[in-house]
Amino acid sequence: MPSLSPQPEPDPDPEKRRSTRRRHPLANLWRIRAYLRPYAWHMTVMTLATMLAMAASIAIPLVIQAVVDGPVKDGDAAGLPLLGLAALGLGVAEAVLHFLRRWIQAEAALGMEASIRSSLYAHLQRLSVAFHSRWQSGQLLSRATSDLATIRRFLSFGAPFLLVSALTYVVVIVLLIRLHWPLGLLVAASGLPLFLSAKRFGANYLAVSRQQQDQQGDVATQVEETAHGMRTIKAFGRSREVYRRFDIRAVRLHDTAVRKAGLVARFWALLDLVPAVTLGVVLVAGAVAVNAGQMTLGGLVAFASLHLMLAWPIEAMGWILAIAQEAMTAADRLHEVFDTEPTVVDSPAAVALAPAAVKGRLRFENIGFTYPGADLPVLRSVDLEIAPGETMALVGVTGSGKSTLAALVPRLQDPTRGRITLDGHDLRDLTLDSLRRNVAMAFEEPTLFSMSVRENLTLGRPDASDADVAEALRVARAEFVRDLPWGLDTRIGEQGMSLSGGQRQRLALARAVVVKPKVLVLDDPLSSLDVHTEAQVEEALRRVLAGATALVVAHRPSTVALADRVALLEDGRITAVGRHSDLLASVPTYRAVLSAEAEEVSAR
Amino acid sequence: MSRRATSVDVDAWRGRAAEEDAERTAAEGSDVRSVLRLRGRSRTLLRSLLRPHRRLMLWAVALLLTQNAAAMAAPYLVKVGIDTGVPALRADDTTVLVWVALAFAVSAGAEYVAKRGFVLASGRIGQAVLLDLRRRVYRHFQRLSPAFHERYTSGKTISRMTSDMDSISELADGGIEDLLLAGLSVVSIAGMLLWLDLELALVTLVSFPFLLWISAWFRRNSAVAYRRTRETIALVIVHFVESLGGIGAVQAFRRQERNQAIFDAVNDDFRLANRRAFRLISTFAPVVKLIGNVTVAVVLTYGGWLVLRGETELGVLAAFLLYLRRFFEPMQELSMFYNSLQSATAALEKLAGVLDERPDVAEPAAPVPLRRPARGDVALRGVSFHYRPDTPILPPLDLEIPGGQTVAVVGATGAGKSTVAKLVTRFYDPVDGSVLLDGVDLRDLAEDDLRRAVVMVTQENFLFSGTVAENIEFGRPGASRDAVEAAARAIGADAFIRAFPEEYDTEVRKRGGRLSAGQRQLVAFARAFLADPAVLILDEATSSLDLPSERAVQRALRTILAERTAIVIAHRLSTVEIADRVLVLDSGRVVEDGPPSALVDRGGPYAQLHEQWRDSLL
Repeated sequence: MPSLSPQPEPDPDPEKRRSTRRRHPLANLWRIRAYLRPYAWHMTVMTLATMLAMAASIAIPLVIQAVVDGPVKDGDAAGLPLLGLAALGLGVAEAVLHFLRRWIQAEAALGMEASIRSSLYAHLQRLSVAFHSRWQSGQLLSRATSDLATIRRFLSFGAPFLLVSALTYVVVIVLLIRLHWPLGLLVAASGLPLFLSAKRFGANYLAVSRQQQDQQGDVATQVEETAHGMRTIKAFGRSREVYRRFDIRAVRLHDTAVRKAGLVARFWALLDLVPAVTLGVVLVAGAVAVNAGQMTLGGLVAFASLHLMLAWPIEAMGWILAIAQEAMTAADRLHEVFDTEPTVVDSPAAVALAPAAVKGRLRFENIGFTYPGADLPVLRSVDLEIAPGETMALVGVTGSGKSTLAALVPRLQDPTRGRITLDGHDLRDLTLDSLRRNVAMAFEEPTLFSMSVRENLTLGRPDASDADVAEALRVARAEFVRDLPWGLDTRIGEQGMSLSGGQRQRLALARAVVVKPKVLVLDDPLSSLDVHTEAQVEEALRRVLAGATALVVAHRPSTVALADRVALLEDGRITAVGRHSDLLASVPTYRAVLSAEAEEVSAR
Repeated sequence: MSRRATSVDVDAWRGRAAEEDAERTAAEGSDVRSVLRLRGRSRTLLRSLLRPHRRLMLWAVALLLTQNAAAMAAPYLVKVGIDTGVPALRADDTTVLVWVALAFAVSAGAEYVAKRGFVLASGRIGQAVLLDLRRRVYRHFQRLSPAFHERYTSGKTISRMTSDMDSISELADGGIEDLLLAGLSVVSIAGMLLWLDLELALVTLVSFPFLLWISAWFRRNSAVAYRRTRETIALVIVHFVESLGGIGAVQAFRRQERNQAIFDAVNDDFRLANRRAFRLISTFAPVVKLIGNVTVAVVLTYGGWLVLRGETELGVLAAFLLYLRRFFEPMQELSMFYNSLQSATAALEKLAGVLDERPDVAEPAAPVPLRRPARGDVALRGVSFHYRPDTPILPPLDLEIPGGQTVAVVGATGAGKSTVAKLVTRFYDPVDGSVLLDGVDLRDLAEDDLRRAVVMVTQENFLFSGTVAENIEFGRPGASRDAVEAAARAIGADAFIRAFPEEYDTEVRKRGGRLSAGQRQLVAFARAFLADPAVLILDEATSSLDLPSERAVQRALRTILAERTAIVIAHRLSTVEIADRVLVLDSGRVVEDGPPSALVDRGGPYAQLHEQWRDSLL
């Protein structure tokens, strides 16, 4: 491919992106705390255990000092076992507290991860079809997996260690100052260069880790597209070209990761250097102090031993900071999704429509629709009324907006202008649930999920009886499912039996029929059927349509024949409504679109 | 969710499939033998991934040794300072202390340089390995047959390429250093202890068997636990990708609630799998700590006693205790990265399983060259096919299609029309018999030759994210813009493309969502036309077109198909009318064969179909 189109920005709305940026880098990570609330008790116990464990671990060098300055110096063999027991007790206590902390922490961190993932999924299910067509699914997936794992890692390892390290650092410094204040202050001062370089490192690392996460999402997107487009790639033998696209992204990710390693290397090395130099200074100065009688020899041993305790918290700070930064950017990425408000939602005053009360008068009033980001509207001003029980066919050339119009009825999208009413209620004043309970749709491209046939069929009506299912299968001529290895229990969809296009379409039709809706929207429902089956389905479908208001998108005269009237969609407007034969006789464009005779009329 | 979604019967909704094991790769059985085999394979894979980086690895090890030596020096220097430096200072001799200070400076500098170099080198190695692995697995997935992908599913493929790679990447990000360093320092500290004081060291060594025992316990159990996490995350990903991919149907049918219950169930399985793994590490790490602390207490008491009796120096005891801390601390750290290691190992095993899968439609070792341009003679000789032995799809079928002929294949659903297409495009190999192109068995053709010669358009019409032009160009990469536009014009797609504000540079969005199904089909046609194959297969390729577009396509097809072999599978007989010859299939058998007009006159099955079709036109 000569040009690679750039991946769309995670959030196409620049206003929103900027506002996310303006916040403090920690802001979004801090918002995660809501998910930890159920674990408040866990967190409290965990913090206590952590602090106690730290106290025990700091006390051990003090016991060592007591041994050196007490029994060893005084030659008092009797005092030794007692202090030994003290060291043992502290050691055991520390280990037990560790055990406690880790078990509780695993519970809390994993529980939090699972509940964020669950809310993310719930939120994504609420977001409109428009959102999903705009966002690359790989980017969504990487948020639900990699980013959440990063946050979990921070909370389960990073945050507790941060607490331990910070506390250890402070307590050790205090003890050191108490042991010998000039040297103690010296050690304290060594923290300054560390702090400064940590700050700089943090800023750089934040940018790189965000970039890496986005690139991870790009790679995931490319993988996802390849996995789904595998047949097309194979049919054209284009593995090499597709591989190249993948490779560009993989290499980009690799380069960012190497750059990140460079940053990390410099910072981590510095974290080793500073304590080592300080220890050298402490030893020499301490020796002088001992010589001057300002310090005992045991004091120096304890000082050195305590100071070595600092090496680990400081070193740990390196990766704690690293995963903290990653968690911050991961939280940013998550909240980009969480902060996207679903556009198709229940209005505050929405009323539920009782199925029994629905007559099914569907009116389109001055409907306009423009896809986000597009300059020209697809629908300009559609006016159309479908009487209760009437079947209206919608006809127009490829790309005239028929499917767009159809998708407005179950409110998969809302019109950008005008209103659609059902029995006089604006659709936006009805609860989504009650609207979609009354409106069923069969899609042009039938989506089957990896589930049993029954589950796929009863998608919109889980309580459908066997008789209802049998009826729907009969109408859609989908009885072939009974011949599948386990009948209705057979798993179909991507992970199960593969079905032909015609079979999938018939199941999608059966799925809409089984709902027994008041309003039925069929988007070119018979296109993949052979003529024989089509005729059979139509015959059965006619009976179903008699009891429902229906909008049927049609490409062929045979499908149009199902309808009482036909509407011609042209240039974003309904230009003609009437009976098929009348329109055929009086409207030339209609004839061009639907007549079997090959007339030379431009498709535009 | 911490509470388990009890309302979901996880098995009922999924329905039944032939074998659950089919979701694994062949190498991935659950019995002990295949687990061992898999482990062996993942080791082989790791070795081959690391081989190109041998020199860099040597360099990294040298740096690591330097860093370790420098780090090891500090406690020893403390000992020298206390045991020799302080007494010397009392005698007003500063030389020892000066030397100690210098040695400190040198070791600190060396540690800085070595550490920085090592982290960078190991980062480079890790990332290079990861890139190599990504490339290998991706290429391998591409090589594997459609049959494999149908079985393995896209969600699993995605999971392998994303989540599993993440696990390995996490290890590469910082784990390697600590693993190596910890291992190294354990050995060198043990040596140092032995050198400092044999008796005390032997006391310390008593802790070793315990350490080894707990490590073995952890390794044994965590291998199983982490494998389970890899499998459960794959289910989460599969459900996530699939249900959000069909979000339109999900919302229109109010499926959200049930989807959520299912998602929560698989999500919770993943949480439980993770918790099991976490609990193992949460037991392992404190036990190591316990062993370490007990050892310190014992050494302190016993060592203090030895010092008391004058059998060892105070400095030795101090250094000993310092070393002991350094001995057990990295083990703590190690236990944390052991986590990543086990997770990465489990992931690598899964990936090794994929790489081990042999393509069932394999490229020949010694391909027979195809003459260029290919004539396009297609022949099926005694071809039979079935997906499962108990349901034959094609009985032995013989068919000769001379180059340049347009053949329409008609028949009821399930007659085997699409199977013929899949065999000629070599999506599948026949169970018996052979498919020939220009007299060469497809199994002997190089993939490139085959794909150049045979192209299929289906009703699937998959569009990739990118522009309209890029999607057409997919048919012949490197084609000029003129050629792309000419192809679109020829097929009648030019008009709608021009109607977009950005014309050919219009982004089609995910899966071509910007275009209608009919428009996508036209783009797919233009793509196939641009590919200019010797054999073109159209499988229900015009089903979503409106009549004017279909007519335009048919007009174009008359020219396009004139010089090439074409196999047209269609329900709409209007497409069939342009064919030179019609085959009527019934249960995989050719029941009629001849020019369409002749068949109409004959009054057989085709004539019936034709009549039904005429009726449907009203």
